[in-house]
Amino acid sequence: MAATDVDVFSNEEKRNLSLGGHVGFDSLPDQLVSKSVTQGFCFNILCVGETGIGKSTLMNTLFNTMFENEEASHYQNGVYLRPRTYDLQESNVHLKLTIVDTVGFGDQINKEDSYKPIVDYIDTQFENYLQEELKIKRSLFNYHDTRIHICLYFIAPTGHSLKSLDLVTMKKLDSKVNIIPIIAKADTISKSELHKFKIKIMSELVSNGVQIYQFPTDDEAVSEINASMNAHLPFAVVGSVEEVKVGNKTVRARQYPWGVVQVENESHCDFVKLREMLIRVNMEDLREQTHARHYELYRRCKLEEMGFKDTDPDSQPFSLQETYEAKRKEFLGDLQRKEEEMRQMFVNKVKETEAELKEKERELHDKFEQLKRMHQEEKRKVEEKRRDLEEEMNAFNRKKVAAETLSLSQPLKKDKDKKNRSVKTENQSGVSASSSKVMMAKASVEPLNCQSWWQAIQCCTCLVHNATWKPEGLF
Amino acid sequence: LTSSAKLRSEKQYVGFATLPNQVHRKSVKKGFDFTLMVAGESGMGKSTLVNSLFLTDLYKDRKLLNAEERINQTVEIIKHTVDIEEKGVKLKLTIVDTPGFGDAVNNNECWKPITDYIDQQFEQYFRDESGLNRKNIQDNRVHCCLYFIPPFGHGLRPVDVEFMKALHEKVNIIPLIAKADCLTPNEIKKLKDRIREEIDKFGIKVYQFPECDSDEDEEFKQLDKELKECTPFAVIGSNTVVEARGQRVRGRLYPWGIVEVENQSHCDFVKLRNMLIRSHMHDLKDVTCDVHYENYRAQCIQEMTSKLAQDNRMESPIPILPLSTPDVDTEKLIKMKDEELKRMQEMLNKMQQQMHEKDQ
Repeated sequence: MAATDVDVFSNEEKRNLSLGGHVGFDSLPDQLVSKSVTQGFCFNILCVGETGIGKSTLMNTLFNTMFENEEASHYQNGVYLRPRTYDLQESNVHLKLTIVDTVGFGDQINKEDSYKPIVDYIDTQFENYLQEELKIKRSLFNYHDTRIHICLYFIAPTGHSLKSLDLVTMKKLDSKVNIIPIIAKADTISKSELHKFKIKIMSELVSNGVQIYQFPTDDEAVSEINASMNAHLPFAVVGSVEEVKVGNKTVRARQYPWGVVQVENESHCDFVKLREMLIRVNMEDLREQTHARHYELYRRCKLEEMGFKDTDPDSQPFSLQETYEAKRKEFLGDLQRKEEEMRQMFVNKVKETEAELKEKERELHDKFEQLKRMHQEEKRKVEEKRRDLEEEMNAFNRKKVAAETLSLSQPLKKDKDKKNRSVKTENQSGVSASSSKVMMAKASVEPLNCQSWWQAIQCCTCLVHNATWKPEGLF
Repeated sequence: LTSSAKLRSEKQYVGFATLPNQVHRKSVKKGFDFTLMVAGESGMGKSTLVNSLFLTDLYKDRKLLNAEERINQTVEIIKHTVDIEEKGVKLKLTIVDTPGFGDAVNNNECWKPITDYIDQQFEQYFRDESGLNRKNIQDNRVHCCLYFIPPFGHGLRPVDVEFMKALHEKVNIIPLIAKADCLTPNEIKKLKDRIREEIDKFGIKVYQFPECDSDEDEEFKQLDKELKECTPFAVIGSNTVVEARGQRVRGRLYPWGIVEVENQSHCDFVKLRNMLIRSHMHDLKDVTCDVHYENYRAQCIQEMTSKLAQDNRMESPIPILPLSTPDVDTEKLIKMKDEELKRMQEMLNKMQQQMHEKDQ
């Protein structure tokens, strides 16, 4: 309906008309009932309490069946929730009952985080329902509603007051789920102690602002009984699946050496009151409260988180569609911007890298040039040296040639000198020494060219070379 | 026949058979003292049980904390001392209460104040014993600790295990199942078996009753055996007197019946009382002196001598006792200094060696 239509309807006056005869729409409730009966009902209970406090036994006692259950250990590292779903039937009414157990609650030495798994579980069930509601193609009538309708908080019967863990946990849960506190294992508290205990607990809850479930008193049919029950909170319960013979009846009870505690005896414990309130009178109200109050609160918080509002700054009602469109555009805009940014970044990076590479290339090129120059420089030097060397060699060769031609032109003269000198050697060693020196000097300068022994003798140089004539002890 | 008449009639009779009488007389004159510690979560009935055990009201004007005050509560140690007398025998009874144990949301190391207290008492006694004037030593050592296990669970919880493990070598622990009127006889048996099993499994050393002498009569031995098989005791306490079976007894009045504290078929209160007060009180004191205190003392001396050896100092005539619980910071500092000293010592040794070699 658009906003304008609603205004038209509320301005119209509603007139009460009286009927002339029996129309028959008083069967509407019956129609509703038969529809719900065929649909079947769904109820989810969360039991929070320390290990061994009697949660499973109480569930067995309430529903008069034995739900399978192994004893939990005290040594869990943390708290975890264990949901179990059962199908029950009474007359022609089908009930899909889910019991969620908190395993390991209260066992750890440090219990600061004990409440978190419980809160997370409740929120998850709300989230699942919200998702289903927001789907385009949804089937809510078929949906298995797992939202917790009631949380039974089991208080240990110390007789003094709540435990610190109880207070902390209930404060975290009271805005998310209907809480009914119950005193477990109440057969260890005497009547007078119980009265004081209940008062103490309720006053602690009130002074700490914990909101527990109040049985509704607006419906005339049940307001009286509900009001009186509200005064009995928290219920002191005893659970048992064992049967004991009392008088001529067999009842569910606990047998002690000093007496028998009967579960369904109202002067022994409040079990009957709990059953009455929880199952027989207020089950439907609990479901309604969960949906209308707790779930709506969750939904509102969640949607506000996502940015949806009911009214814009001008106090005009927003439609969900418009908000959704706006959000979507915003989101897409965001995405595009991000894409642009990324692309820009990418381009920049590429440029940078390119520049770097170019720089490196230039450097390499410079180096190459430098090396080339060095190489040429070296080459030139080497060339120079070679030329020098060649020149030297040429000079040397010329000298050699000159010396050779000189020696060839004076061979006889030389031989004669040698003969004389050799005679002299035998007699005057001193002279021969000097002459041998000359011989040696000559020998080292001129190359040898003798073809015969006689020529060799003639040529001193050859003699020197063949080592047949050595000066001894002269040097 | 008086002892002197006996003496005259039997010439071989020396007379030291009267020693027990002399001991009895002297001890009555001297009086006894006993320190009992109770530990467990709030609401386990500790105060009620103590009142029932000693038939007095020790907790007249007690103020209990609210749940919100207990969220961050720390453990306190509160001592109540009373002098009670029965048939000329005086007993100075000290009850050490531990309010706040296990009550906070985060109970990490909540047993530390308790172990510190026990160690302090040991240290005090150690000092007094090593002092010069030992005439009036006051013995404040804890002789027994009653630990209250909640009956609501399936056995021991982690905090129970940790507490008992922290204390089992410092004090005699007697575990009790509290508020046993919420358990049927079958459930009690199951829980006791489970707890005994878990105590074995975790290696917790609870107080063991001494074996009875072989020359005791059969009836006594049977009773003793029953006593040992009954642990841990499942107890109920009461501050009120009710009318049951024509008598006025301590009990709890329920719509379905009356629980009598001293009825052996209802709970093990009588066994506990007999064991704690009537037969084993002195043994508890002996075990505390001979075992727990001696352990503490030996450990203390060992720590001291190893420290002195490291420091290489002269032993002072009156030993300087280490703090029973030095805080982490000073411990670290001490360790650091020790290491520094060690290093310097090594360096000195090295240098000495070098010099020695050079001389050679």
